[in-house]
This record gives sequence, C-alpha cells and structure tokens, in this order.
Amino acid sequence: MAATKKAATAKVKSTGPVKAERQLSLLDTAPAKAPARPGKEAARPASRPATSGKAVRSRGPAGKQVELVEVEPEASAEAPVQAERGPKRRATAEQMATKQREISISEFFTKNRHLLGFDNPSKALLTTIKEAVDNSLDACEEAGILPELTIEVRDLGLDAKGEGELTKGEGRFVVVVEDNGPGIVKAQVPKIFGKLLYGSKFHRLKQSRGQQGIGISAAAMYGQLTTGQPIRITSRTGKGKPAHFFEIQIDTRKNNPVVTRDDQLDAWHQEHGTRVELEIVADWRTGQRFVNRYVEHTALANPHATVHYLRPKQPKLSFPRATEELPKEALEIKPHPHGVELGALMLMASESKSHDLKGFLQTAFSRVSPPVAGAILKAAGIKDRVRPREIGADRQLAARLHRALQETKIMAPPTNCLSPIGDELMRRGLVSFLSVIESEGPEEGDGQLDLDAARKKPGKKKGKAEVVPPPPPEITPEEGVERIKGHNYFIATVTRPPKVYRGNPFQVEVGLAFGGSWPADKTIELFRFANRVPLLFQRSACGMTESIVKTDWRNYMLSQPKGSLPVGPMALLVHIASVWVPFTSEAKEALAHYPEIIREIQLAAQECGRKLATFIRKKQQADYQAQRRSIFELYIEEVASSIHQITGKSRDAIRRDFLRVAEQVTEADLAADDKKLEEASEKLSKRPRRGEAEGE
Amino acid sequence: MARLDAVSKRTVGKIERLAESVIKAVKGKKNPFVEIPIRSLANIHFDKKKGVVQLGSQKQKRYFFNVSMAKKFMQTFLVSDACKELVESGKTTSIRDLYYITKHTIGDSRQNTFEEQDESDPIIEDLEVSLDALREELHLFASRKGSMVGPVTIRDTGDTIDLRRMGSGGWAVPSIVEENVVQFGKHEARYILLIEKDAVWSRFNEDKFWKREKCIIIQGGGQPPRGVRRMVQRLHAELRLPVYVLVDNDPWGFYIYSVMKQGSINLAYESMRMAVPSARFVGLSSFDKDKYQLPMNVAIKMDEGDVARARQMLAYPWFADKRWQREIEEMVRSGVKFELEALSRRGISFITEEYLPKKLRDKDWLE
Repeated sequence: MAATKKAATAKVKSTGPVKAERQLSLLDTAPAKAPARPGKEAARPASRPATSGKAVRSRGPAGKQVELVEVEPEASAEAPVQAERGPKRRATAEQMATKQREISISEFFTKNRHLLGFDNPSKALLTTIKEAVDNSLDACEEAGILPELTIEVRDLGLDAKGEGELTKGEGRFVVVVEDNGPGIVKAQVPKIFGKLLYGSKFHRLKQSRGQQGIGISAAAMYGQLTTGQPIRITSRTGKGKPAHFFEIQIDTRKNNPVVTRDDQLDAWHQEHGTRVELEIVADWRTGQRFVNRYVEHTALANPHATVHYLRPKQPKLSFPRATEELPKEALEIKPHPHGVELGALMLMASESKSHDLKGFLQTAFSRVSPPVAGAILKAAGIKDRVRPREIGADRQLAARLHRALQETKIMAPPTNCLSPIGDELMRRGLVSFLSVIESEGPEEGDGQLDLDAARKKPGKKKGKAEVVPPPPPEITPEEGVERIKGHNYFIATVTRPPKVYRGNPFQVEVGLAFGGSWPADKTIELFRFANRVPLLFQRSACGMTESIVKTDWRNYMLSQPKGSLPVGPMALLVHIASVWVPFTSEAKEALAHYPEIIREIQLAAQECGRKLATFIRKKQQADYQAQRRSIFELYIEEVASSIHQITGKSRDAIRRDFLRVAEQVTEADLAADDKKLEEASEKLSKRPRRGEAEGE
Repeated sequence: MARLDAVSKRTVGKIERLAESVIKAVKGKKNPFVEIPIRSLANIHFDKKKGVVQLGSQKQKRYFFNVSMAKKFMQTFLVSDACKELVESGKTTSIRDLYYITKHTIGDSRQNTFEEQDESDPIIEDLEVSLDALREELHLFASRKGSMVGPVTIRDTGDTIDLRRMGSGGWAVPSIVEENVVQFGKHEARYILLIEKDAVWSRFNEDKFWKREKCIIIQGGGQPPRGVRRMVQRLHAELRLPVYVLVDNDPWGFYIYSVMKQGSINLAYESMRMAVPSARFVGLSSFDKDKYQLPMNVAIKMDEGDVARARQMLAYPWFADKRWQREIEEMVRSGVKFELEALSRRGISFITEEYLPKKLRDKDWLE
C-alpha cells in the first residue's frame, strides 16, 4: 500500500499539466467525474477566483493516478523501457524518500469527502445542516437550555427579497443554523470551526450526537472549497457580554484556522446562542426532500426542541416543542473493562497518572472496585507493584492484563449515562410530528432515500402552511389513540431497559403510529434514529432495518412479504441511545449489525407489536359490532312495520321497544366479546412466539 | 273486507297471536323469537301404525337479535303480514307472487328484503309449520301442474265439471282443492290410478282406459304437487277408492310412490292430509323386465347418483319391508332402470291393454 502511494506521488510530480487541471477540478463538487468534463466544470471556478486556491494546491487527485499506475502501468508516459532481464528499478529508496511527507487531515478530506457525507451537492446540503444542528442541540442540552433552533436555507439565485427563479440543479446557497445555546467563548471559536478533529466529545464516553469533532469543520471546509467563502459565526455567551462575529478560513494544509474577520457587535438579538452561516454549492431541488425529512425527524426525536425552518420561496414551518422538560442529562462514564481493546489499554496505561496498577484499573475503568481490581490482577498473574507505564510498554504483560479483564466477572457498566427519549415523550413527539408534517405516508417509491433516484425525480411538495402549536389532545376515543388533523392514529411506544454491548451501555426505543390517512397497502415507514439524530440514508444496510425485517409482524396483524418490512398504514420509529453508537461508517448513516443490539430492537418492536395487535383486534371487533347494530336497526324498521300492520299497535312503540332491547343486547355482547378478547390476548402474551421464544 | 269463513278467521287469529308474542317479548326486554318445528330427516319419524311420515317435536327458535337469524326473523313477519292481508281480502296468490309482494329495498340501504324466491319459499313453509296453518289456509298456492279424467262429476268454485268429458287434455288440477273450493258429485269409479308422467297418462286417456276400467286417472308431471296429492287423498278418503301408483322403475319413481303413500320429509307436517298409506305400487317393478320380457336395449344404465339414492332409500323405515328391500336391491344389482315407455316396445297399447290389467288381475303389486 505504502509503495503504491509513493509511486502515485512520484507520478503527480512528473505530470505538470495534469496537475493544473486537477487543481481546478478540485473546486468542482464531483471530483471523481471531473476529468471527464473539463470544459464546463473548469470554467466555473476560474470565473470566481478562489481565495483558497493556495491551500488547495495539494496532491489531491493522486488517487486517480494510483489507479492509472495500477491498472495500466505500461501505458504511463514515463514508464521505463523494459529490460530484457526482469523489470528495471524505477527509483531508489532515496529518490522516493524525497517525495514522502505528512498528509494533513484536511487534505485527506478533500479526497475523501464522501466518507463524511459530502458526496454530491444535494447530500452536502443536508450534511451541512445536520452537522450544525447536531452541535447546537448537543450544546443546548449540555448547558441545560431548552433549544430553539432556526434552520434557514437561502438560494443566492434569488434577489434580496427572495424573489426570482429558484436555482435549478447545482448552485450557491447559504445555510444558516442559529440556536439559543450557551454560546462559545471567543478564543475557542476559530478552532471549533476551523480545525478538523477538534472537539470536546471525542475523548469521553457520553451519549451525544456528535462524536468525532469533524462534522462542522468539514462543512466549513466544504463551503470553502466549493465557494471560496469562509464560515461565518456569531456567538454570544450571555447577557451583558458582547456578541462576536467571525469569518474563519481553514488552512487546509496545516489544518489550522485562519481568522479573516473578528468583529465585536454592539447588539445581537440573542441573549446567548450561536449562529453559523455557510455558503456552499448545493442542489436544493433534489436535496430539499432530505432536508425536509431531516428537520421533521429531528423535531420528532427531540420533543423538547422548537425548530423553525425557513426555505426559499416557501412559508416558514415551525415545530413547537412538545415538552418543557429537558431530557435527562447524559452523564459521562469511564470505559467498561469488557469493552476495551488491547491497544487502547496500553495507551491508557501509559498515560495513567496512577502509581500502581490497582489504582489505574480503578480510576480508568467503571465498575472496578478494589476487590475487583485485585481479582483481575490475580487472574493476570501480575503483581500490584507493577507500574501502569510498564504495561503500556510491555505488550506481553498488557495482553495478560487484557485477557484477565475480559475473563473476570465485572458488573455491567452504569446505565445512568444514557438519555433515552422516553415512552411518553416519544408519544408526544409523534403527535407533534404528525400534526406538522406536510406529507403523510411513505414518499413515492419505497420510502428509501436514494440520492441517485432523487436526482432523476425531484421531490414535490404540496401547499405548506404555517403551523400553530398542536391543539391540546381532544378527548381520545380509545386508549392509545390520538386524533390528529381529523385522523385517528394509534400510538404505542416502548423504551427498553439499558443493555450493554462490548462494554458500552445502550438503550433501545421503539414507537409506532398506526392508522390515520396512511395507505394500508404500502410498506411501513421506518424512521431510524441514533442519539436523537435521524438516519436518512443506507436504510437497507442498517442494523435497525434488519431487526424490523426479522421481526414477524404477521403475529401483530400486519402483512409482511418475506424478507422485507411489513405492509400497513404505519410509521415505526427506532431509536438507539448509546455512549458509543456503532455506525457502519463515519458518515453515520447506518447502524452496525451487533447481535446484542439487533436483539434489543427486536424485543422492543415485539412489545410495540403486541400493543398494536391488541388495538387492531379491538378495532376489528368494534367494527363488527357497529355493523351488527346497523343490521338490527335496519331490520327493526321492517319488523316494526309488519307487526304494526298485523296487530294494529303503534309502530313507534314497537320500534322503541325493539331499540331498547337492541341497546341492551349489543352491550351485553360487547362485554362478552371484550372478555373473550382479553382471554385471547392473555393467551397470546403467555405463549412464546416465533422469534421471541428465548425471551430475555 | 270480505266476510271471513271460520277457517280464515282462525288463520288470521294465529298470525295475530304470533305478532303479539313478539310485542310481549320486547316489552319485557327479551329477545323475541318465533318457534319453528324443524323440517329435516332428523326430526321426522315413520308412524308404522298410521303408515305415514310425521314431524317430530324438535323445534328451533328463530331470534331477532342474532346476526344469523335477524334477517329470517324479519322475513317471517313480512310474509305473515302479506298472508294476513291475502286472507282478509279473500284473495289467493302464488308463492312467486308473494315473493314480489314482499320484496323491497330496506330503508336507505342497498339490501332487499328478499333477493331470490329461493329465500321466500322456505319462509312460507316455516310459517306454515309454526302457525300450524296449511299453505292453502294462508291463501297461497304453488305452481300448478297435473291433470285428471274419470267417471266423476265435481264442483269447482261453483262450476259443475263432468270429468267424463274433458277431451284429450283432461281437467287441470288446481293447487288448492280444499273442500271449500272443490266438492265431489256423482261417480262410478272403482279405483284411482296415479301416473307419474303426462305422456303415459295421455296414452291411458286416449285408450279410454278409465272408461273401460271405471277408474280415475290422474298425473302430476313427475313429483305430484300438493294439489294433486291432496286430490288423491280426498278422493281416497271421501269416495273410499283404492289408490294405485304407476311410476318408472328408478329411485325417483319409487320415491314418488313413497311420498304419495307416507308423505314427504319436507312436508311431513301435512302427511295426514296428503298421504294415502294404503296406496299400492303397480309398477314398474325391478322384476318386470323378466316377467314382461323387456329387452335390455330399452334399459337405461343407472348413474352414480341413482345408485346412491337407491342405497339411501334402503335405509328408510317405510321401505323396510322385505319385498321392497328385494325390489330395490334388484335394481342396484342389475344396475339398470326402466321408464314406463319401455313397455311400448311390446306394442303401443301394451301398457293399457295387457300390462296393467294383468297386474291388477294378478294382484301383482307392492304395498
């Protein structure tokens, strides 16, 4: 691998003209395709000289060259003439060493932006918004502030009043995310927004949306690369303190912020909070449905947040908060011994300030008491005298300790570090969500957000209205049923007790909304969330999808084609809260397939399913009763008139008598049916069902 | 309203009492019902002493507040109402007519009170048994078929009819032949001959068999309708004439005989008025093919349905007699059946000139 890299570097150096073209194409949004259409793409950046031009002078496109070298080395212009006896050496180690140098993280990003969710302009739009919103919500919650967010997308193709033609396809957009959070101290602003891999969340085990400290600065870098504009930040930390306005660029080679503007504002409308403004190349027409969905789902999973959403040429959409209560604070925890890996253990040991191993184990890990620490050391056969630093240096010793850690029985990690949405708030979130969302039911297609498909078929939204806070729930006809916009929805929510995978505590929640105006013959909608962040892509690769597909929904009165999601008028919400959510990639789009997690999701889904089945059965029963009663009422008229004809007695009196008996009879039957139903569902819950026979 | 005779008054009273019982039930907050004797094989028995099939005592309650019964309950009262009107106005109508009288759409639904006549016919029979009133008493009649001739004079609704002068077609037997409609006058008949088929009856009429033999010949076009059966029963009872039955040699023919003799399962409640237990079966017997040298090429092969029906009949208590068992077993054994017309192989008037006279002379019949 290293060799090919070097070769590639060498290649770039020697191909001057190609490099020039590459440099231009870097500014393009689709670097992979750039060489194929140089004319058009190259023209645009040239017309608007990028301020970041210098910074971009990197070996970015080398990746392309690597391929060339590997696939057809002999076609290369500088390919040496083949010697008769074996291949001739092309370069010496010394020659190659001159070309070897450090790769900055920013340079890495420019080549691998797809890993971070900036693959194309429509997805980049969403990712930019998402990173800013994640940060805002995290900050508000950590500070203990009820979040109020404004998300704005502005089309620069429109004039100042927002009039004109919407940009078709790619164009320049401004994304604004403003919060009422704690604000950011002046000194930290440049690093947070202008340096990749800088943040507070990477070094701790705590449930939060952001994890690596890469998101927002990556968005800033994307904006800088595509439009040349710096990220603009306004922040204020409290009343009586000034607000600051920054423009920050990233020195992409050194991964360092360059503050190009730093003003102190006399007045700012927020008492405290942060406003992030990014100018990016985006595609609103194809990307808006993802953004819409992201905003809707964020409101759903964060019922304590108020979200305002402003879009080009559309009325403002507001999701009012459904609760005044902040979620339970997520506590930071120490890693659990069962989840630690050997390398990590060595690193922790070498950095430990403890004098002895026992102390190290107790301070570095959760659930390690003095006796437990003693037991571990005994199992490892290591003396307590040994210094932690020695473990960090001695691989053999560390491996013994590591094995002992795994083998010793240790209490499960504390689970109070988790902050689930909660049964009740999930319900309220669903109600509020259903009250505001514009399009009910699965979107066209299979509901899976597929960017390629979306590009062909722009999302269409019908009339949107300013939405007032949801009215207080009216008298609900039945338990669990909510009446929203004239439709009845059955809502069931389940929060599972916390569980552990590989030493990481996690908690699963499942909620469902059934009925309403949703089509009964379409696949259900699956809403996936991790730490309250909606997962919009890679549905089929996600562990949550697998769990739901594997659940036998036919047990719960829904039809389900083999190997797919169930069919029915239903939206299913799956949320996993964890100090470390295992994603399949850094873009955080799909959950990895850990059996412990899959199982928990299934159990939660089954629990919800049982509630649903009871509801559906009851509803069917009630429908039958209503039908029955209407039959009687229909026939009573006929019988009353016949008997009136025969006997000459008053028709009304006869009818009245009949109706009175009808009331009594149907009620008695209802009671009998209810009893039967109860018995049936009791039997149902007692009998182990397919897929849940093992229980917990 | 026409002045009612005693029978009609009684019928109207029965209908009114049925309706009153429903009013009483709902006033007392009870689920109203109509009690209907069950008309199926399980609820009939063969009275050996009387020689008729009779309805048992099993009854079924038809409730209104029962999803599966509500509609039939309603229909029962629609029919009751219509019948009461018929009786009171002194008019008679067909059961098909009644179906149309009572059929209408219910309220603003898309349902009709009756969808098919098949729905209303059993309701009429239900009403007959539950009211213990005959169909005739309800002023209803079934489709009419059957004809008769013979040395007898009758009065039909005031008209005197000489059945000796009915030409080739004979007198059409009405559906209702109760005493208030048909009365018997002078006669010289010695017996009654019930013939299964119209075609065979025509041969007997053309050959003036009835004149020669001094008998009444009557046909019912297959299974005789109620009118024909009731006529035969009345002639037998009132004029004290023996009854002979001439049918095909197949299970269906045997069953026609048995219905004439003991009554049918479906109308078991009317057996006493319809059945002639002393009726004699004069042919076609399973053994006649040998006795009268019928060639096998006039035989018809029995199909599976025929065989099954024959076996079923072997189990009927009224066919328990040894001779009947032999008769049916022979039919099953040979696997063939014969129509009456098969006798024409021996000559067109073989049946009237040789076959039947010989049978009667030899007393070669089954009872």
